Amino acid sequence: MTHDTGPVLHAKGISKFFPGTIALDEVDLRLEPGEVHALLGENGAGKSTLIKCLTGAYQRDNGTIHLDGQEVSPQSTADSQRMGIGTVYQEVNLLPNLTVAENLYLGRQPMRWGLMARRRMNAMARESLAGYGLDIDPAEPLTAYSVAIQQVVAIARAVEMSGKVLILDEPTASLDRDEVQLLFSVIRQLRDRGLAVVFITHFLDQVFEISDRATILRNGRVVGTRVLADVSQKDVVTLMLGRQLESQVHDRKPAKAGETLIEVENLGKRGMLDPLSLALREGEVVGLAGLLGSGRTETANLIFGAVPADQGRILLRGKEIPVSTPREAVKHRFALCPEDRKTEGIVGDLSVRDNIILARQASQGWMRPIPRAEVNEIAERYVKALDIRLASLDMPIRLLSGGNQQKALLARWLATNPDFLILDEPTRGIDVGAHAEIIALIEQLRSDGMALLVASSELEELVAYSTRVIVLRDRKQVRELSGAEITPENIVHAIAEHGTPAEEGAR
Amino acid sequence: MIGPKHSTFKRILPQLLILAAALAINLVVFPDFFDIDFRNGRLFGNLIDVLNRAAPVAILCVGMTLVIATRGIDLSVGAVMAIAGATSAAVVVEGHGWVTALLAGLGAGALCGLWNGILVAVLKIQPIVATLVLMVAGRGVAQLITEGKILTFSNEGLIHLGAGVVAGVPTPILIWMALGALVIFVVRRTALGMLIEAIGINERSSRLAGINSRVLLVCVYLVSGLCAALAGVIVAADIKGADANNAGLWLELDAILAVVIGGNSLLGGRFSILASLIGALIIQSVNSVILLSGMPPEFNLVIKALLILAILVIQSPRISYLMYMLRASGPQPQPDTAPLPKTQKEEAQ
Repeated sequence: MTHDTGPVLHAKGISKFFPGTIALDEVDLRLEPGEVHALLGENGAGKSTLIKCLTGAYQRDNGTIHLDGQEVSPQSTADSQRMGIGTVYQEVNLLPNLTVAENLYLGRQPMRWGLMARRRMNAMARESLAGYGLDIDPAEPLTAYSVAIQQVVAIARAVEMSGKVLILDEPTASLDRDEVQLLFSVIRQLRDRGLAVVFITHFLDQVFEISDRATILRNGRVVGTRVLADVSQKDVVTLMLGRQLESQVHDRKPAKAGETLIEVENLGKRGMLDPLSLALREGEVVGLAGLLGSGRTETANLIFGAVPADQGRILLRGKEIPVSTPREAVKHRFALCPEDRKTEGIVGDLSVRDNIILARQASQGWMRPIPRAEVNEIAERYVKALDIRLASLDMPIRLLSGGNQQKALLARWLATNPDFLILDEPTRGIDVGAHAEIIALIEQLRSDGMALLVASSELEELVAYSTRVIVLRDRKQVRELSGAEITPENIVHAIAEHGTPAEEGAR
Repeated sequence: MIGPKHSTFKRILPQLLILAAALAINLVVFPDFFDIDFRNGRLFGNLIDVLNRAAPVAILCVGMTLVIATRGIDLSVGAVMAIAGATSAAVVVEGHGWVTALLAGLGAGALCGLWNGILVAVLKIQPIVATLVLMVAGRGVAQLITEGKILTFSNEGLIHLGAGVVAGVPTPILIWMALGALVIFVVRRTALGMLIEAIGINERSSRLAGINSRVLLVCVYLVSGLCAALAGVIVAADIKGADANNAGLWLELDAILAVVIGGNSLLGGRFSILASLIGALIIQSVNSVILLSGMPPEFNLVIKALLILAILVIQSPRISYLMYMLRASGPQPQPDTAPLPKTQKEEAQ
C-alpha cells in the first residue's frame, strides 16, 4: 500500500487533431504519487493541449486516462476537478472583488440556517492557508494581496476541491524570486502529502530546482521522460529543441560611433516615473534593468507616448518632437513591442497577415490601403525571416503560440522600418528556441544601425546584448553601466545598493 | 481572386439560406408572392414591397454594423430619424427646395452622430449609455422642431425620395442599395474595415499600433447618424409628413437585430455589412409573412418574435458548433484512418 501502488494518473496514447494539424500524437504521461513532474517543450509542442485534454477542456480524439487505476473521461474542467485533477493557470482565475475566504469556498460555502456562515468560513480559510505557511486575513479582498499569495490561494482551492493531481500552468511567470520560493515551499509540501504535481514553465532553473521528473514534448509527441537528477539542463534543452543549442558567444562589440538619435531629457510623470534622461545613438542597444515595478515598463510607455508624460522632452536628431500619443511616436519611426502581448500587442481575431501589416497601414492612413500583393510580400518576408511557424497567414493570430505571436509583433514593427525600437520584455513567456532567435535578432538590428531600448528582467540576456544598461529602482534612474561594467553582478549591485545618487544619464 | 469572393459567399451563406426559407414561407401563405407587374411605369409586387419597406432598417443597419464592429451600439438611431425627418420637413415648409431640406436633415443626423461619437470616444462613456441619452432626448428635440404637431408638406422633390420611382423602381430601394454598395466599397477597398475591426477586437493594441482610434470611433458614430438621418428623411417623405412621436419608433432594435441576424458579434470585430443587409431583408420578409397570412393583427408581434427566435437559435454558437461537428465528422477520419493500416502492415513485416 505504500509504494508500488501504481501511478495516480496514467494517460496512454492521447491524440488530438485540429483541422489540418495533429496537436497530440499518441502521448503518454505517467504521474506517480508524491512527485513533481515537469512538462517541457517549446511553444506549440503540445503542452497546453495535453493539459486541456486531461482536464476535459478539450475532448481527446484517442487514448485513455486512468486515475487511481480507474478509467476516467472528464467532459469538462468541473468534471475533472470532481475526479481529483485541479488546475491553476498563470493568470489567476479567481474573483478579485471577493474576499480570500469567499474565493476559497466559492460554490461550497459553509452554510448556517440557509445563510452563509461567514465567520466559520473565515476561520476555515485561515486554518487552511496557515497550512501553506500563509498568515493572512481571509476577510480581506483578494486584490489586497500579491499575485504570489493569490496564486497560493488558487492552489489551496484546487487542492481542497481535487486533491489527487495538481496542474500548475506557468505559475511563476509573474512572480519575483522570493515569491517563487514561497510557491515552491507550498509545492514541496503538497508533494510530501502524496499529490502528483504537474509543473509547466519556461524557466529551466526552476524545473531543476523543484521537479523530480520531466516529460518533454516536441511537435505533439513525447520525446522522452527523464529523472532530472540524472540529466543536465543541456540534455533537456537538446531534447526540447531536437538539436544542440550552440552556446551563445557573448562577444559584445563596442557601439559603432553612430549619430545620436534620441535624447530623452527629464521625462517623467508624477506618481509613475521620476524624471529620467537618456540618449541613444544609432547602432546601440540600451538595456533597462530593475526589479518588477521599478519603472521599466513605465519608461518604455512614456517614451512611446502610450502614457503621456507630464514633464520633460524628447529630442530626435537634436530637434524637439511632441510624443503624447503612440500615433505621433510611430510617425517619428518609433516602435514599441509591449510587455503584455495579449492585451497590448496582438489583435486576436484578426489574421496573422493583418496583424503584421497593422502598424504600417495605420501610419499610412486608411485612405491608402497597402495593395494586397505588397501585403502578402511583406507578411511572407517576415514569416520567413523570423521563422514564424503557422499553418496559414489567414489564421487568427490568437491561435499562434506565445513565441510566434511575439515574432509576429516584431514583424509588425519591423514592417514600419523603425529607427528606434523599444522592446519591453521581448522574451517573456517564450520558449528556448524563440528566445535565442530574438536575442540574435536584437543583435542583428543593432548592427544594421537601429537604436534599441530593451527592458528585461533577465540579466544574463541584458548583459548579452546591451551596449549600455540603465538601472532603475523605485521608479527612479539609479545607475548607468557601460562597456566592461556591464555584468550581472554589477547590475544586481546597482539594484540593491541604496542612497547612491544617480550617475547623470545622457552622455 | 477566387479566394476572397469564395469566402464572402461562405460568410453570407447562412443568411442567404434563412432569407430563402423566409421567402419560401411567404410563397406558401401567398402563392402569388413572386409575381411582379409593370404598371404605370412602376414595378409592383410583393417582392418589390419587401425590398421597398426594408429600406429604413437596411439603411440603419449599414451604420449600425460599423458601430457594433467597434464593440459599440447606437440606440439613438430611431430618435435621430425623427430629428432628421422633422428638420427636413421644417425646411421645406419654410419654402426651401428639397436638396436644401435633404442636406439639412443629413446635417442634423451628422450632428447627432458627432455628439454620440464624442461621448463615446472622447469622454469614454459606455456606448449603450451614451446613445441612450439621445434616444430619450432625441424625440423631445424632434417635437421641438415640429412644435408638437405632425408637420406635413407637399414638396414633390422631397416626397420623391420616399414615394417616387426611378426607372420603374421605387426610389428607397435604389437609395439603400446604392448606400450599401458605397459603404461596402469604401470600407473594403480602403483599410478602414480592417482598422475598425482592429479597434473592436482590441482597442488598446490598436492604439499602440498607431491607429487613431478616437477619430475612427467618432467617424463611425457620425456615419451611423448620417444613415439614420437618410432613413428618417425617406420615412418622412413616404408619409409626406414628419411625425416626431412615431417616425422610426423602435427601429433601432430592428437595426440591431438585422446586424445580429447578419451573424455579426455584438462583441465587435469582424463584420459583414452585406450580411446585415440580408438580415434587414429577412426581418422584412418575416413582416411580410405576417401581413400576407391574414392573421389577426394581435398575433403580429408574437409571431415575429417566434420567427426571430427560431433564426437566432439556428445561428446560436451551440447549434453552429453541432453543425460544424457534423460537417467535420465527414472528412475528419481520413487523415487518422489512412496511416493506421499502413503502420499495422509495417509492424506485421
